[in-house]
Amino acid sequence: MYYVVVIATFATMGLALVRALLGPSVYDRVLAVNMFGTKTVLVLIVIAFLYGRPDFLDLAMAYALINFVGVLAVLVFFRTRAQREPTATKSKD
Amino acid sequence: MSLLLDVLSWGLLSLGGVFVFIGGLGAVRMPDLYTRMHAASLTDTIGSILIIVGVMLQAGASLATLKLIMILIFLLLTSPTATNALASAALISGNLPKVATQYGKDPSQ
Amino acid sequence: MTVFFGVFLLTLLLIVAIAIVRADNLFVAVMLGGIFSLLMATIFFLLDAPDVALTEAAVGAGISTVLYLAALALTAEREKRHTVHQIKALVVVTTTALLVIFATFDNVQFGDPTAPVHVHVGPWYLENTQRYMDIPNVVTAILGSFRGYDTLGELFVVFTAGIGVLFLLGTRPKKDTEAAETLIPQQSETSEGLRNYLIPRLTGRLLVPIILLFGLYVQFHGEYSPGGGFQAGAIIAAGIILYALLEGETAALRVVPQWMLMALMAGGALLYGMVGVVGMLLGGQFLDYSVLADNPVTGQQLGILLIELGVGMTVSGVLLSIFHAFAARDKY
Repeated sequence: MYYVVVIATFATMGLALVRALLGPSVYDRVLAVNMFGTKTVLVLIVIAFLYGRPDFLDLAMAYALINFVGVLAVLVFFRTRAQREPTATKSKD
Repeated sequence: MSLLLDVLSWGLLSLGGVFVFIGGLGAVRMPDLYTRMHAASLTDTIGSILIIVGVMLQAGASLATLKLIMILIFLLLTSPTATNALASAALISGNLPKVATQYGKDPSQ
Repeated sequence: MTVFFGVFLLTLLLIVAIAIVRADNLFVAVMLGGIFSLLMATIFFLLDAPDVALTEAAVGAGISTVLYLAALALTAEREKRHTVHQIKALVVVTTTALLVIFATFDNVQFGDPTAPVHVHVGPWYLENTQRYMDIPNVVTAILGSFRGYDTLGELFVVFTAGIGVLFLLGTRPKKDTEAAETLIPQQSETSEGLRNYLIPRLTGRLLVPIILLFGLYVQFHGEYSPGGGFQAGAIIAAGIILYALLEGETAALRVVPQWMLMALMAGGALLYGMVGVVGMLLGGQFLDYSVLADNPVTGQQLGILLIELGVGMTVSGVLLSIFHAFAARDKY
């Protein structure tokens, strides 16, 4: 039964990848990466139990914690870019 | 008793798998960013809860269950926050929902 | 079934890799790079290599995205299109690709027990780790003790890379400072970072101590579960970077000031070297930990603990210094 979950998650990873490749906006791609991150956590959990290695849950925990840093970095990046563009146009005037 | 637990856990796991897959379909098929985000984030949450609780029933009372509870808490904290942050960033940058722009263009509808 | 999963993931990996090369928007390339790293970690995990997967998790998902974005903030988002076709480059690339494909025919079969890696020195490590060190994670034993010289070398590579980045980016352009200040209005500290974003800030503040705690767990539990100095250093750096993203760089530099970063960078490498030298003074050989305590096994465990600490210190110091070097550049 674990296999069903693994296959469903893998299929969803494929679909998220389609969204990441299609875009169209940058936000769609960030959304796809975010989805991919959660799906990775889930698939790592299920694989850890599928192969009888519950010790390796640390890895899923690392992902659950660290993915957030990446998403916040993207947010800060958008913000600095938005701040910079008005000042750039001002300096031209 | 253990058979009951097994059946319950398999049910949760497969339901979680179904939700996860539906979320993936929604993220590809929905018409604009916000509906896609809606599909992806809600199914992310319910899918993670169902799958992790399903696995927890299999693990029983052990260190693994404790770790799973922590992973679930982290996911429930971070995933919606990330979606919220992303949606607000997109809205501020002027990426309006499709429905709103349709109404904005033609108020008679 | 593992083979089927592996082939599926590798196919996705190939698609992502091609898409990264094809993307002319660098932001898209960074996002796809994140997906590449997640896929890679899943493949490592599937192949039963959790230590490597944890490294990929800590460095690939968190730190590299942050550093790529910090670099991207300093440059244009779109790549310049090259319309010139370079025949020479095409020939070189094709030849290399053909040679690599040809070399794969000599590769061992997946899971072949008679492969050289399984009959050479590997079994000896597996059999003797218990006898010499009495720790369950053989990977840590190999990295820390059996192959201590290699890890020392790796640590100095990380250290040198940090120094190199600081030389390139760490100095402030003195002439332009005044001009830059008049061009871009200096942000007050209260508007730095994500202070005006309530929800991410609250969640983030909750997570910072948990990430740091998890980093320490990975650091000191590396002998029993996947992990060790490299992973822990990256995770701790990610935790402090999260704080810097939330509260602004100035606040983060107040928590972990520049001199502390330098001390971490140099101190970690020094600690590793000192462990080796102390071993020599006590009558053993360089990086022989058995003499550090009365009981050789305890000595080995102590040595591994100390050198892992050194690795963790240097890695977190270097990663944070690189991050601050990029973030400070952003203001000019």
